[in-house]
Amino acid sequence: MPPVTPSGRDLRLDLFRGLALWLIFLDHIPSNMVSWITIRNYGFSDATEIFVFISGYTAAFVYGREMDNRGVVVASARILKRVWQIYVAHIFLFVVYMAEIAYVASSFDNPLYSEEMGILNFLKQPDVTMIQAMLLKFKPANMDVLPLYIVLLGGFPPMLWLLKRSLTLGLAASAALYVAALRFDWAFPAYPSGTWFFNPLAWQLLFVFGAWCALGGAERIAPFARSRPVFWLSVAYLTFAFVITMTWYVPHMANYVPHWLTDWMYPIDKSNLDVLRFAHFVALATITLRYVPRNWPALASPVMRPAIICGQHSLEIFCLGVFLAFAGHFAMVELSDGIGMQILVSALGIISMVAVAWLITWYKNVETKRHGPRQTPPNADLAGGEA
Amino acid sequence: MKVLMAAVILTATLATPCLAADEGACFVAGNLVQADFALPHVAAAIAAKRLNVTVMGSASSSLPGANGAANAYPARLEASLMRRLPGVAVKVIAHTKSRETAAEMVKALHQVLADEKPDLVVWQTGTVDAMLGVDPDQFQAALAEGLDALRDNKSDAVFMNMQYSPRTDSMIAMGAYVEAMRFIALQREILLFDRFAVMNDWNEMGVFDLSATTKKIDVAERVHDCIGRLLSRLIVDGAKLAQASNMGAGPTMDTPHKDTR
Repeated sequence: MPPVTPSGRDLRLDLFRGLALWLIFLDHIPSNMVSWITIRNYGFSDATEIFVFISGYTAAFVYGREMDNRGVVVASARILKRVWQIYVAHIFLFVVYMAEIAYVASSFDNPLYSEEMGILNFLKQPDVTMIQAMLLKFKPANMDVLPLYIVLLGGFPPMLWLLKRSLTLGLAASAALYVAALRFDWAFPAYPSGTWFFNPLAWQLLFVFGAWCALGGAERIAPFARSRPVFWLSVAYLTFAFVITMTWYVPHMANYVPHWLTDWMYPIDKSNLDVLRFAHFVALATITLRYVPRNWPALASPVMRPAIICGQHSLEIFCLGVFLAFAGHFAMVELSDGIGMQILVSALGIISMVAVAWLITWYKNVETKRHGPRQTPPNADLAGGEA
Repeated sequence: MKVLMAAVILTATLATPCLAADEGACFVAGNLVQADFALPHVAAAIAAKRLNVTVMGSASSSLPGANGAANAYPARLEASLMRRLPGVAVKVIAHTKSRETAAEMVKALHQVLADEKPDLVVWQTGTVDAMLGVDPDQFQAALAEGLDALRDNKSDAVFMNMQYSPRTDSMIAMGAYVEAMRFIALQREILLFDRFAVMNDWNEMGVFDLSATTKKIDVAERVHDCIGRLLSRLIVDGAKLAQASNMGAGPTMDTPHKDTR
C-alpha cells in the first residue's frame, strides 16, 4: 500500500509525526522498560514537542492553501470542523478511561490501596465528572494532549489569517502571548483543582512556530539554520542536555551539577513549555533536518512506510495509542509484568497502530477510486493533509 | 589512616548482619534507601536518649481494621527504632487524615509542631494532590512552606512519597508529584524515603505481589512492616551521618546540640 503523496507534500513530517506517535504510546504505558528508548530520557524535550510542531506545520500547510483558494470563512469553517472531530475523539477516550476506572472499582479491593481508590470518587458523582469532562476541565491521566490540540486548532483561524498577512507579525504576537502567559501566570483551570497539564497559552508558541515555518519562515531561516556555527551550537546544547538528563537517572551524579546552574535551570517546566525544552527541540530539528533532507531516498523505502502512514492519520492513531496503552497496562497487571511481556505489549501495540493506519489508507484509496478524487475537498484528508 | 580504614571496615562487617536481621524479607535494591543527608536533630535526640518522631500522612500511612494502627508503618517504625536504639526512649506519633493535600497538612503541621516538639517529622504526602490534580507549583510551594516551619521549629524532616500501585498506575498521573518531591528533597537537602521506587522494586523483584486482588490484610501488613523497618534504617543512618560530620567538626563531639534540648 503506497502512501498517497500529493505534490509539495513533505514526507518527513509524516515520518516524524508517526515516530512521535509511537514514542507517545510507549511513554504512556506505566512501568514499561521499553520506554527507555524514547527521547525524553536523553534530553529536555520529548515526543510532545515533535507532535505539536508538526501539527502546526501541517495545519498551516493545508488550511493556508485552503484560505488562498476558498477564502478565510471557508478555511476557518474547515478548521472548526476538525476541532469538532478531535473533541469527539477526546470524549471517546474519556469513556475508555471511565470504563477502566469502573472495572478496577468493581474488581480490585486491596486494603493496601484504599487511598488510591479515592480516584473512584469520580464515579460517585457522574453528573459533575461528565460535565467537567465535556467542558475539558476534567483531566484523565495521560489524556492531556487532545484538549491542548483542540484549543490550539480552535484559536488557529485568526492566527493563520495574521500569518498570511505578515509572517513576522504573527510569530511576534505568538511570542508575546507566550511571554505574557509566563509573566502573569495565565493558565486554563481544571477540575477538581489545578490547571491544565499543557498550558495552551504557552504551547501555542511551538504550534505557531511550526505554522510559521510551513508558510515560508523555514526558507527565511534556512541559510542561518544550515550554517556551521549553528550546527555546532546545536550539538553542544544537545550534549549539555544529555549530560544533565543523565544526572536524573544515575544516583548521586546530581551532586556534580553546580548549584548556580541548578538554581538557574530548574524546574524545567513541561506545562509551560520551558524555554530550555523549546531550544532543545529546535536544536534537535536543526540536526535532524541536516541529515534527513526532503528528497532523502529512504523516505520512499518500505522500511519507513509504517511510521509514515501512522503519521498521516495522526488523530486516529493517537487515540488508538492511548487506548492501547491502557489495554497493554491492563494485560501487564493481569498476566505478567516481566520484561518479556513489556516488550511484547510494546511491539504488539505498534504493530496494531501500523495495521490500523494501513487499513485507513487502504479504505481511503478505495473510496477515492470509486467516487473520484473530487468527492473530497482538495487535499482535505489526503496524505498528511490532516492537521 | 590505615587504622581508621580498618576500623570502618570492621564496624561495617559487624554491623551488616544485625541490620540485615532487622530487615528480614524486606530486601530492596542497594541504593534505594540511602541516607544522603544528615539528621542533626535526631542525632542530638539519640545522644540525649529521647527521640520523638511525628508522622504526618494521608490514608496510605494507616491500615484499616481494629489492629490497623498497630500494624501500620508508623507503629512498625517505632518498634524497629526501639530495636536499633537500645536505651533510647523512642516515641512515634502518627497524624493521618485521609484526603488531605500537602497544603492542608501544612496548616495542621504548625499546631502539631507546637504541641509535640518532635525531633523528626516524617512527612508522607503527594497521593491526594495527584488524584485531585493540584497545580504542581502549588504542591511544591506547600512542601517548601512545611519545610520552613520544620526548620524554624528545629525539627528534622524525612519526606515519604506515594505508594506504587500497579492497578491504578495508568489512572493517577503521579509523575509530576513524584518529581516535585524528589526535586525539593535534593534542593533543600532533605532525606526522601522513596516509597514509590521501593514498592516498584518489590513488585518487580517479586518480593510482594502488589497487583493481587485480595481483601485480606496480611500482605498490606507485611508491606507496612517493611516500610517501617527500612524507614528506621534510613533515620538511623541519617543520624550517624550527622554524628560523623560533628566528629569531624571537633570538640563538641560528645553532646552535639546540647543547648537545643
